[in-house]
Amino acid sequence: MPELGLLALPLALVVLGLAAAGLDAVLSGGRASAPFGEIARLLVQQRRRTTRPDVLLLRVGVISLVAAPLLAAVVIPLGDAPVADLSAGIVWFNAMEVCVWGALWLTGWSVNSVFPLVGAYRFVAQGLAYELPHMFALITVALGAGSLRMSEAVQAQQGLWFVVWMPLAFLIYLVSALAMAFWGPMSQPVGSDLAGGVRAELAGPDRLLFQAGRYALLVVAAGAAVPLFLGGGAGPVLPGWLWALVKTVAVLALLVWVRHRVPAVRMDRFTQVSWLVLIPLALVQLLVVGIVVV
Amino acid sequence: MAVAFWILAVVSVAAGIAVFVVDSMARATFALLASLLAVGLAFLLIDLEYLGVLIILMMVMEMLVMAVFMIMYMMNPAGLMPMKMVHNHRAAMIISAAVFVLLVAGIFLTSWPPRGGEPPADPTHQLGLAVMGPKMLVMMVIGVAILATMISTVVLATHRGRYARYGDDLERKRPLDPGEES
Repeated sequence: MPELGLLALPLALVVLGLAAAGLDAVLSGGRASAPFGEIARLLVQQRRRTTRPDVLLLRVGVISLVAAPLLAAVVIPLGDAPVADLSAGIVWFNAMEVCVWGALWLTGWSVNSVFPLVGAYRFVAQGLAYELPHMFALITVALGAGSLRMSEAVQAQQGLWFVVWMPLAFLIYLVSALAMAFWGPMSQPVGSDLAGGVRAELAGPDRLLFQAGRYALLVVAAGAAVPLFLGGGAGPVLPGWLWALVKTVAVLALLVWVRHRVPAVRMDRFTQVSWLVLIPLALVQLLVVGIVVV
Repeated sequence: MAVAFWILAVVSVAAGIAVFVVDSMARATFALLASLLAVGLAFLLIDLEYLGVLIILMMVMEMLVMAVFMIMYMMNPAGLMPMKMVHNHRAAMIISAAVFVLLVAGIFLTSWPPRGGEPPADPTHQLGLAVMGPKMLVMMVIGVAILATMISTVVLATHRGRYARYGDDLERKRPLDPGEES
C-alpha cells in the first residue's frame, strides 16, 4: 500500500514527534501539552535578524533539516512495505541522515554569529565520531540479511530478531541515533553552555522548523531501529503496522528518557570512545555475523 | 528520463560554474555539493541505485570534511569574509576554458565503439565482485593512500598531540583539556 503509506508517513512523523516532545516536557516537570504552546508561540514570534547573514544558505540549512528525516523515512517499512522499497534502502537511509551534517553546519554558519558557528563545528566533530560505528552497525544488518533492501532485512528476521544475535550493533545504533539527532547526552551542538549553540539565533518560524526537524530525526532514528533490529512488524495477534508503531514508540520513549538520566558528553571525549571502543566492537560484531552467515 | 537527464546535467554544470563565481567559501562548498548531488541523481537514472546513493552519501560527508579543512588550513578560518575562489584569475579562466573546450571536442570527435554486452541483472552484486576480485589491489592501494593523507593532514594541522595531552612520558591518567595547564 505505497499510496496509503505516503499519507500515513507524514502523519506518523508529526504525531510521534509531538508525542516525543510531550513526553520530554513531562519528564522535565512540565505538562504534556507544552509543545502545542511552544508551536503557537513560535508561529507568532518575529524572526531575529543578525548582521549580514547568508539568508539563502540559512533557508537551505533549516529546510533540509526537515527534508532529510522525511526522505530518510520513505524507506522505513510501516508494517509490510515502505513507501519506496529501494534496492539500496539502507544506504539511502544513511545518506539522508548524513544530510543533517550539512543542514546543521549551514544553519550554524550562515547566521554569522559565534555560538551557532561553534555549535555547528561541534556537530561536525560529533558526526565524524559517530558515523563510522553507525555505518558498521548498518552494514552488519545488511550482512545478516544478505541485502541492502529494508524489506528483506525484515524478512530475514522472521525466525530471530537481529537484536538477539547482534546486540552490540543494536547498542551502537542507539548511541549513534542519539548523536545523529544531537539529543540528550549528545546535545552539545545545541548546548546551553553555548547559549543554544546552532539554534541560538533562530527565532519564530525558523526555530519551529529546526525543532520540528530535530524531533523528526529522533522519530526516524527510532523508527529505523524497528526494521533493522526489532523484526519490523513481526508479532502476535496485532497487525504488522501496529506492532511497528508500538516498537517505534518504545525505542523513542527510551531515547527521550535517556536525555533525563545521562549527562552531556563532550564530543572530543566521545570521539575517543567512539574510535577506540565502538569501532573495534562494531568490527568484532561484523566478524561474528560474517562467520555465522558464511 | 531524457528530460530528467538534461535537467540534472544543466544543474550540475551550472552549480560547477557557480563554485568559481561566488565569493564565499561556504557557498562555493555547497555549490560543489549541489553539482555532485546532480551527478549522483543521474546515476539513479541508469539504474545504478547503490552507486548513485553512495555518491550522495559520500559527497555530503566530503563537503563537510572540507568545512573542517577550512578551520584546519585557512587564514580566514570561519570563511566568513568574502574572497575570490580562484587564484591567478585571468590565467585560470583561460586554462579552464581551454581544457573544457578540449574535453567537449574530444567527446564529439571520438568515434565511440558500439555497445557490447548487456548490463548485469544486479549491478550492486557485480560491483561487489569487481571490488573484491580483480580490482582488489587498486582498492587496497587507494584505501591506504587515503588513510595516509588523512593522518598527515591531521598531524600537520593539530597543535596538540598525545604528548601534550598525556605528558612527555604519557604518564597522565586523564588527558589535559585544551587550554588547561599541567
